[in-house]
Amino acid sequence: MIRIGVDVGGTNTDAVVMRDKEFVAGAKSPTTPDVTSGAKAAIGKALEQSGLAVDAVDAVMLGTTHFVNALVRRRDLSPTGIVRLCLPSGSSLVPFADWPRDLVEAIGGKFRLVDGGYEMDGREIAPLDEAQVVQAVAELKAEGCTEIAVSAVFSTVRGDMEERAAEVIRAAHPELNVTVSQQIGRIGLLERENAAIINSALRPLAVDVVAAFARMKADLGLTCPVFFTRNDGTLIDTEEVERLPVLTFACGPTNSMRGAAFLSGLENALVVDIGGTTADVGEVRDGFPRLAGTSVTVADVQTNFSMPDVVSIGLGGGSMVNTDTGKVGPDSVGLDLLTMGIVFGGDTLTASDIAVAAGRAEMGTHPAPKVPDLDGLVAEMDRMLTDVVARSRTSAEEMPVLAVGGGSVLMGPRVDGLEVVRPAHHDLANAVGAAIAQVSGEVSKIVQLTDTLNREAAIAKITEEANEAAVARGADAATLTVLSVSDVPLAYLPGNNLAISVTVVGDLNLETA
Amino acid sequence: MMTPVLNVDKPALRRIARGGAVLGSGGGGDPYIGRLMAEQELGDDKTVSVVSLDDLPDDALILPIAMMGAPHVMLERFPSGNEIPALVATMEKLMGREVSAILCIEAGGLNSVIPFIAAAQMGLPIIDGDAMGRAFPELQMVTFTLAGINATPMAMYDDKGNGATFDTVSNQWTERLARALTIEMGGAAMVGLYPVVAGDIRDCLIKGSLTLAHKIGDLIETYGGQATETLASSLGGTMLFHGRVRDVERRLEGAFAKGSVRIEGQGDFRGRTVTLGFQNEFLSAEEDGRMLATTPDLITLIDANTGAPVPTDTVKYGLSVKVLGLPCDPIWRTEEALALVGPRYFGIDADYRPLDVA
Repeated sequence: MIRIGVDVGGTNTDAVVMRDKEFVAGAKSPTTPDVTSGAKAAIGKALEQSGLAVDAVDAVMLGTTHFVNALVRRRDLSPTGIVRLCLPSGSSLVPFADWPRDLVEAIGGKFRLVDGGYEMDGREIAPLDEAQVVQAVAELKAEGCTEIAVSAVFSTVRGDMEERAAEVIRAAHPELNVTVSQQIGRIGLLERENAAIINSALRPLAVDVVAAFARMKADLGLTCPVFFTRNDGTLIDTEEVERLPVLTFACGPTNSMRGAAFLSGLENALVVDIGGTTADVGEVRDGFPRLAGTSVTVADVQTNFSMPDVVSIGLGGGSMVNTDTGKVGPDSVGLDLLTMGIVFGGDTLTASDIAVAAGRAEMGTHPAPKVPDLDGLVAEMDRMLTDVVARSRTSAEEMPVLAVGGGSVLMGPRVDGLEVVRPAHHDLANAVGAAIAQVSGEVSKIVQLTDTLNREAAIAKITEEANEAAVARGADAATLTVLSVSDVPLAYLPGNNLAISVTVVGDLNLETA
Repeated sequence: MMTPVLNVDKPALRRIARGGAVLGSGGGGDPYIGRLMAEQELGDDKTVSVVSLDDLPDDALILPIAMMGAPHVMLERFPSGNEIPALVATMEKLMGREVSAILCIEAGGLNSVIPFIAAAQMGLPIIDGDAMGRAFPELQMVTFTLAGINATPMAMYDDKGNGATFDTVSNQWTERLARALTIEMGGAAMVGLYPVVAGDIRDCLIKGSLTLAHKIGDLIETYGGQATETLASSLGGTMLFHGRVRDVERRLEGAFAKGSVRIEGQGDFRGRTVTLGFQNEFLSAEEDGRMLATTPDLITLIDANTGAPVPTDTVKYGLSVKVLGLPCDPIWRTEEALALVGPRYFGIDADYRPLDVA
């Protein structure tokens, strides 16, 4: 199978062509404001290098930071109202608490609290009042909301009330999109609600972005399907990305980590991705990133959807060096390194100049500068990298450190006592990670155990359903493996009940996709 | 006329929440949600007056307000906002007089900011002091217990409007019965307890706790990662250790999260290893079988990069940390007090030795 992986980053858009598990060609092109022209140029260059015809391509996998950037820039966001099922609880802390004011203004900040929600053990706080929900949405619509998000207290423990409210809203207001919080976030009402609101606000943009990539595909003469990559390193189709754009927020670091693991053949490792301005560090286990356990701040808003656990510091190839203080970064010349760095003929001392002077890297057009206290500055960079790597580890276990990205030349041969490995094509790791993305199937259900259905049999049954869901999404049944299983006993329902969730992944099979 | 020692607006509240997390000694719950609730109550222009106990007449009724229960419930199910007015009305009826001021019972963790919601909502001042000087896991672990003051009459209200009052034979019984009821109420509830008149607590209140929390928050805002040294020197404490977390071990025993954190020294502490023991809060700091500090003195872990306090439930492998030791209030250093909150109460096989702040 011939696949094209694309990573649309803040600075560059990268594209790679892969034949099954083999790297064929790759190219970079500057990211353009419209996103798709840069992607089109990169894909065109990569295809040309590969010598393959356009109609040989079986699938395109896109990783894009477009949605998270829209949020950061407060652009292209749609007015969203949130309905929270919580009364009589909940009024002491209302939605949009702790949001930056400009973002509240961009989204509208409209909400209604209505009856409902559950206690931690699944008892009702109050029954759902369907008429009240319909009325609340009618009011939000009259106030200008075009998108609706729904949250309910402890909907992660018991989700039926939130689902029912969404059904009622869709029936009464079929023109409105509805996002339910349990689809996106975890325990922590405010953070889950924030994630649902952000998702809602991005949905109309997602429709536009999908349409733009469809046009790009037509312009390139590609006829194959297009997929987007998710935060967890798996694929969603264009219809799903229109409904759940936040699922793509962290695909950049995820693709970089998965690409690094793939390119090095090391499935358990720390990955350090150093660009022009930052170094991002995470951990892969069996080829998938370790996910953050607590809340994650996105564009100054606390959310809690599943994201890779990435620690970032302000150290990159373009980081500016202050010889008076001995500090490196966090200010960076970014993309202007290629004109402003001393080894490129400029007059700004950068981390890259230090790396060249110290003999760690060879780059540029000019000789390395003479730097006072070179050893001290190298030690400072090593200290910063050691600290961020140490913070990303979960144990004293020995594991390799995979260095990827253009700025990875800053790294020495060892960090925090661990060996540094720089895989081939490391500067295209993101696009490779997108190209190798797999298909997942997830099923979460409450199962009542009986004499004939014990816990193991129930988990096997849900796993089978997850397999079917993955195959329906386009996974090759022969390649499916279980990624995670959890089962939680539910004390609040009569009988012996388990909440079981299973996630499986497999390779994409276009015959069934 | 009372002259406030501090007028608390949103930025001041943020500093108090930060300082409250330091005084939480790793436990007491994250003040974040409580701070947001208090900010909603304050709005853009309200402030809360923090006043000195000395400015209140002997017969002024003071009501401590706190959240009781599981912090993770408070992350999901927020109060209705009616609990506090109901608590105040119930206690005024029981005590036969009006409440003059709100008190913070626990200056560490979430309960450092909860009383500010009450003060803002009721338009009452809040006393500059508390009954722990830190966070402790159980309701009877307050200086008031030492002074023979009863937790009851106590009132408890939930978000649905259910209320209860308690009349018990000891503060330990209050803890047991109240704990059981919070579970029925959904895992967390708002309580008003230890109602006192100013004249009763002149000798057993830990004075200045809120201005102290504010000062700590201010120092962290100003000094960031370098705040630990400044905190140690300006609060009469000591920087016990600086290093990197190399092991975290956790276990659940009953309702308590217990465990230990091993830290390998860096900088001046290179070559040394310290182990912190915790049960909700950090309770001991040990090096080679020697105790550097134990409860009731405060042991607080600070992120060496940011100056932010690190709670016991989120401390992670690899974090670069400084260990701050702060002396507890002298009231906790008597034999009777140590029986209530000393190392042996928590199953630590060591006698209490006051923190060495040389």
